[in-house]
Amino acid sequence: MTRRVVITGQGTVNALGRNVAETLAAMREGNAGIGPLEFRDVERLKVRIGAQIKAYDPAAHFTPKERALYDRFTQFALLAAHEAIAQSGLNFADETGRRTGVVIGTAGGGLGTQDDNFRAVYQDGKNRVHPFVVPRLMHNAAASHISMVHRLLGPCYAVATACASSNHAMGQAFHLVRGGGADVMIAGGAESMLNFGGIKAWEGLRVMSQTGCRPFSLGRDGMVQGEGAAVFVFEEYQHARARGADILAELAGFAMTSDAADIVMPSVDGAARAMAGALSDARLNRDEIGYINAHGTGTRANDSTECRAVARVFGDHAARLMISSTKSMHGHLIGGTGAVELLAVVMALREGVIAPTIGFQAPDPECPLDVVPNTARAARMTAALSNAFAFGGLNAVLALKSV
Amino acid sequence: MVQTVRQQVLEIIAEQAVVPVSEIESDATPASLGLDSLGLVEAVFAIEETFDVEVPFNASAAEMDGFDNSSIAAIVLGVEALVSARARPAG
Repeated sequence: MTRRVVITGQGTVNALGRNVAETLAAMREGNAGIGPLEFRDVERLKVRIGAQIKAYDPAAHFTPKERALYDRFTQFALLAAHEAIAQSGLNFADETGRRTGVVIGTAGGGLGTQDDNFRAVYQDGKNRVHPFVVPRLMHNAAASHISMVHRLLGPCYAVATACASSNHAMGQAFHLVRGGGADVMIAGGAESMLNFGGIKAWEGLRVMSQTGCRPFSLGRDGMVQGEGAAVFVFEEYQHARARGADILAELAGFAMTSDAADIVMPSVDGAARAMAGALSDARLNRDEIGYINAHGTGTRANDSTECRAVARVFGDHAARLMISSTKSMHGHLIGGTGAVELLAVVMALREGVIAPTIGFQAPDPECPLDVVPNTARAARMTAALSNAFAFGGLNAVLALKSV
Repeated sequence: MVQTVRQQVLEIIAEQAVVPVSEIESDATPASLGLDSLGLVEAVFAIEETFDVEVPFNASAAEMDGFDNSSIAAIVLGVEALVSARARPAG
């Protein structure tokens, strides 16, 4: 008998809120988390806006010994995991801990730690760095610390596929639970690239907006970065039922494809095959999909390509479904973005509220879909998709159903 | 012999497009030379490094916004303007 996978907990910290309730409230209101960036040397950048988590005090959450070990991306992941696990009500002291694992997506890992320490040795001429630089910067630091704090003894690793990292991570976790490798998986993504080196590198590619994130809109001029984390508890359905857990949604399907074409330019074919694959894996008909949380970066190339891929997969139904990019509010969290976006998908299924694409100015003929411009909408549906398409031509799409 | 701005820009574009400078026609565009967006980004970077200027080019904006890159001639004119603005004393 096929094992089904459900979501029984979710947590986040991002520019829209310090938890799920604040984040969903901001999405319903269509609030922007994007503003002026604040960090050392920001005046040497051309790109000075981002969805930064402001007034964040690590000392309010972590001891000095923990702070010495935790890069900012690990801190965000731990805070999100704590909220998700608390909501799930799971206790890992018994056999459950042995049957629970962690997969966290991140593209940059401890990039802030690297930035600080490269600066120390190259710019400031120091010859000594803190002994914990390596355990702070490694990509699996967040996953490992979640497993240590909660005593989770099953599979534990990090996934790095640029902007699709957290969708790949959540898809892998889904496969582990469905396939029997674990009964519970803590999965999501975390990113913290909002520092001088992180933004300077992106600036070079000339796809960053200096004005704002306006996905699918005429006059859009690029992406805006965000930071933070979102983490979910994925649980085998009977396991959740047996303990009377509150089931938020079912993770019903997942597919991943590679464009095998270009290192930065997206492809209609790769994106379309991933969406079609997720539908097939979830045994969903295309007309059952009411909402797609778009990759929707706000770049010229992504948004038009994504719309063509949706049209190819959904045919006539493309005109009836809703597709929005919440990156317009929380920014592009790179390796963490799919996880924060899954919150909007669960909100659509559970609450019937579709998060909007804010910053929308005018329709672009190349993006002729219902992108839920500027204002959230009420709509009931039973199934939704969440898209992530990464540099490197890596596509990962999740399919969710209401329970 | 001192190279003109135009000659240097054409050489940079020719290198990225992997074509001889002599084959860049007066009405050429980045697309007609087979220059994709990543090639254009690399060419703009080389122009900035060569002339010590900031080219307001955004690969995600329309081709006429900020920095007109609709044709090679427009790119040359744009760079010439940036170089002469840099040469002028500030204030």
